Amino acid sequence: MPERMTFLKIENISKTYIQHQALDNVSIDVKKGSVFGLLGPNGAGKTTLIRIINQIIAPDQGEVFLDGKKLLPEDVRNIGYLPEERGLYKKMKVGEQAIYLARLKGLSRKEAVERLKYWFKKFEITAWWDKKVEELSKGMQQKIQFIVTILHEPKLLIFDEPFSGFDPINANLLKNEILDLKEKGATIIFSTHNMASVEEICDDIALINNSKKILDGSVKDVKASYKSNRYKIVFDGAINAMQLSLRHQYKVLENETKENTTNLILEVSDTSISTNDLIASLLPLGKIRSFSDIVPSIDEIFIKVVNENKPAL
Amino acid sequence: MGKIGIIIKREYLTRVVKKSFLVMTIIGPILMAALMIGPAYLAHMDEESAKDILVIDQTGAFQKYRLNSTYLTNYRLKKDSVPFDSSKVMVRRLPDTKNLKFIFLDKDMSLSEAKELLRNTENYALLLIPHNFVSQPMINLYSKKEAVLGITSYLENKLEKEIQIEKLKIKGVDPDILRNTKTDINVSTIIIEESGEEKESFSAITMIMGIAGGFLIYFFIFMYGAQVMRGVIEEKTNRIIEVIISSVKPFELMMGKIIGVALVGLTQFLLWIILTSIIVSTVTAVLTVPQSEIIKQQAPTSIMGGTSNIATTNFADDTNKVDTIVKQLNKFIASVNWGLILGSFLFYFIFGYLMYAALFAAIGSAVDNEADTQQFMLPVTIPLILGLVMMQTILENPDGTIAYWFSIIPLTSPIVMMMRIPFGVPVIDLVLSMIILVSSFFFFTWLSGKIYRVGILMYGKKVNYKEIWKWIRYH
Repeated sequence: MPERMTFLKIENISKTYIQHQALDNVSIDVKKGSVFGLLGPNGAGKTTLIRIINQIIAPDQGEVFLDGKKLLPEDVRNIGYLPEERGLYKKMKVGEQAIYLARLKGLSRKEAVERLKYWFKKFEITAWWDKKVEELSKGMQQKIQFIVTILHEPKLLIFDEPFSGFDPINANLLKNEILDLKEKGATIIFSTHNMASVEEICDDIALINNSKKILDGSVKDVKASYKSNRYKIVFDGAINAMQLSLRHQYKVLENETKENTTNLILEVSDTSISTNDLIASLLPLGKIRSFSDIVPSIDEIFIKVVNENKPAL
Repeated sequence: MGKIGIIIKREYLTRVVKKSFLVMTIIGPILMAALMIGPAYLAHMDEESAKDILVIDQTGAFQKYRLNSTYLTNYRLKKDSVPFDSSKVMVRRLPDTKNLKFIFLDKDMSLSEAKELLRNTENYALLLIPHNFVSQPMINLYSKKEAVLGITSYLENKLEKEIQIEKLKIKGVDPDILRNTKTDINVSTIIIEESGEEKESFSAITMIMGIAGGFLIYFFIFMYGAQVMRGVIEEKTNRIIEVIISSVKPFELMMGKIIGVALVGLTQFLLWIILTSIIVSTVTAVLTVPQSEIIKQQAPTSIMGGTSNIATTNFADDTNKVDTIVKQLNKFIASVNWGLILGSFLFYFIFGYLMYAALFAAIGSAVDNEADTQQFMLPVTIPLILGLVMMQTILENPDGTIAYWFSIIPLTSPIVMMMRIPFGVPVIDLVLSMIILVSSFFFFTWLSGKIYRVGILMYGKKVNYKEIWKWIRYH
C-alpha cells in the first residue's frame, strides 16, 4: 500500500475542563482515504477530541489542520459527524427534518431533496418520508441519522460509537456503507471502545487513555509490535516429549494431550530462528495438524497497554 | 438564507402550525372581545330583568300614588295574570331605577298578608318602612333569595337622604331650598402640557391602558420565554443538540430559537389585534342596529300619550348618554399618543422578551428536564411578578419613586414602563429606561450564551449556581 497523505492533522491538543483535564498534548495524523480508529476506555477524552475537530469546543492549546489548512468554521461543510449522543426532533416529520439538517450543513433545499430521495430509496425507507420521528423504531431513527450524517458528502466522517444501539443486521449494513464511503475516497474516524469492530475495518488506530495518547500506528504495525513470538501447534495423537525437551531455541509453555489431540504452545527465545526452521525441528515430534502464530488481538493490546499506563495509586 | 435564517424559519413554522397556537389565536381575541363587550352586554341584560320590589310604606311619605284597593284585590285573585300598572304607583321619593321597580302596597296592609303576596308572585322582595322610620331608621327587606348587594346599598343611600330631608323639614327648612341646593359634580381633569396646550385626561381609561399594557408584556414574556426554555430542553433531551451544533455555533442556535419564537409571538399579537377588532366591530354593529330601529319606532308614539312619552324620553336620555360616551371615547382616542404607546409597547415587548428569553434559554440549557428548572426559574420570575404586584402602587402614583425605579431597572422596566406611559412619562425617563434595557439585553444574552454553550453538552448532572458561575468564568 503506498504511503498516503495526511488529511487530518491534530497537533499537540490540550483541553482542560473545570477541574478536569480531558486531553493532554495529543497529536494524531489521519491519512487520506483511511479508516482511523480512535480507541480508549470511557472518559478517556475521545469525545472531547471529536468535539474539537467538529469545532463544538475550542482547544486550550494546539491546532487542527484539515487537508493541510488550518481548520476554519466553514469546514463544517466538509465534516460529517454522528455523535454518540444522537437524536432527532420527535414531533418533526422525517423528510422535513432531514432537509433541515442538510441545509444547516450548507446544502440547498433542492440538492438535499434529490440526495435524500436517493438514500431513502437505497435504504428502502421512502415510505417514512412523511412520518413523524416518534412513530419510528430506534433502529429506523438511526438509519435516518446515518443518512443525515453523510448526505452532504463530507470528506471527513466521524462516527462516535456508531454501532451502539444497532441490531446486528443494521450494524452490518452500516459497516458496509462505511467501507463503501471509504472506497469513494472519504476519510473516516471511528471512535469506539468496542475493539472487535476495529480490527475489521480500521487501517490505523490511536489509543487514548487518561487524556493522553498512549499508542498509535497502523493496525498491522501495532499488532506486530505486540507480537509475542509464541506459536501454537496442534498434533494428531500424542507426541514424543523426550525430543521436545532436547531443544533449546524455545520454551514450552503448554503441552497438553486431550482426546487424541495435543496442543503445544511454544515461545521462541531466539528471534533469529525462522518459522521454517521451527517447523522443521517440530516435524519429528508427531503428525502436525496446524501451526499458527499467536497474535494478540487489539482487545488484548488495549487491556495490556491500559493496565501498563495505570497511574500509580 | 444564512444558517440562522434556516433555524428561525424552523422554529417559527413548527410553532405556528401547532394546534396550541391555533387555539390561543382563537381564544385570545374571543376573551379580549368578551372583556370589552361583556360589561356593556351584562348591563343591557340587567336592564331587561328589572326586579319588582313590593313596598309597605307606613309613613306614607315615600309614595305619591297609593295602590287602588280594588286593583289590588283583583291582582290578588288573578295573581300573575294581571300585571301591575306601574304608572299608578309612580313615586318621587323612592324612584325606580334601571334594575329596580317599586310597587307600593296599601300602607295598612299587614306584614303577613304582604309576605303571602310576595310568596305567590314573581316579585323580588318586600320592603317595610315602619311609621316611626324617621326617629328610628331601621327597615326590613324580605326577599325570596339572598338580596343582591346593589339593592341594599341603593336603599340605604336613598333612605338616608330622605331621613335627612325629613329632619331638615322638621327644623323648618323649605323642601324647595333643599331641592335647589342639590348639585351634581363632574370632575374633569385637564393636563397642562409643557407646550401650554390643554388636554382633557381620562383617568379611568388611562389606567385601563396602563394595566393592559403591563399585563400583556408580562404575559408575552412569560409565555414565549417559557417556550424558548422548553425548546432548549427538548433539544437536549432529544439528543439532537450535538448534531446541530456540529453544523452551527451554539450561539447561532440559541439566537435563532429566540428570534423564531419572538416572531411567533408577534404573529400571534398581530392576529389578536386583527381578530379582536373584527369581533368587536361585528358584535357592536349587530347590537346597535336594532336599538336605533327601536328609537325610530318609538319616536312617533311620543305624541300620543303621557306614559309612552316618559318611556321615550328615558330612551332618548340613554341614547344621549351613549352619544356622550362615544364622544368622550373619540376625544380620548384623539388625545392619546397612539404612536408612542404602540411604539413603546413593541419596543418593550421585543427587548424585554429578548432579554428574558436569553435567560430562559440559559436555564433550559442547564437542566435535563423541566422539573429541574424550579430553582433557576425563581430569580428570573420574581422581577416579572414583582412588576405585576406593584401595579396598584404604580397606577396610583405613576410619577412616584417606586414607579420611577421600577421603570428604570431593566428586569421590571418593560412591564412597569408600559403602565406609566399612558399617564405621560418624561422623555428623559423613557430614553434612559430604553438604553438600560437594550444594554441589559446585550449583557444577558452574552451571559446566557456562555451558560448555554457549556450547558447543552452537560448530561446527567445536577447543576447548581456554583457550577453555573464556573461556566460563566470558564473562558
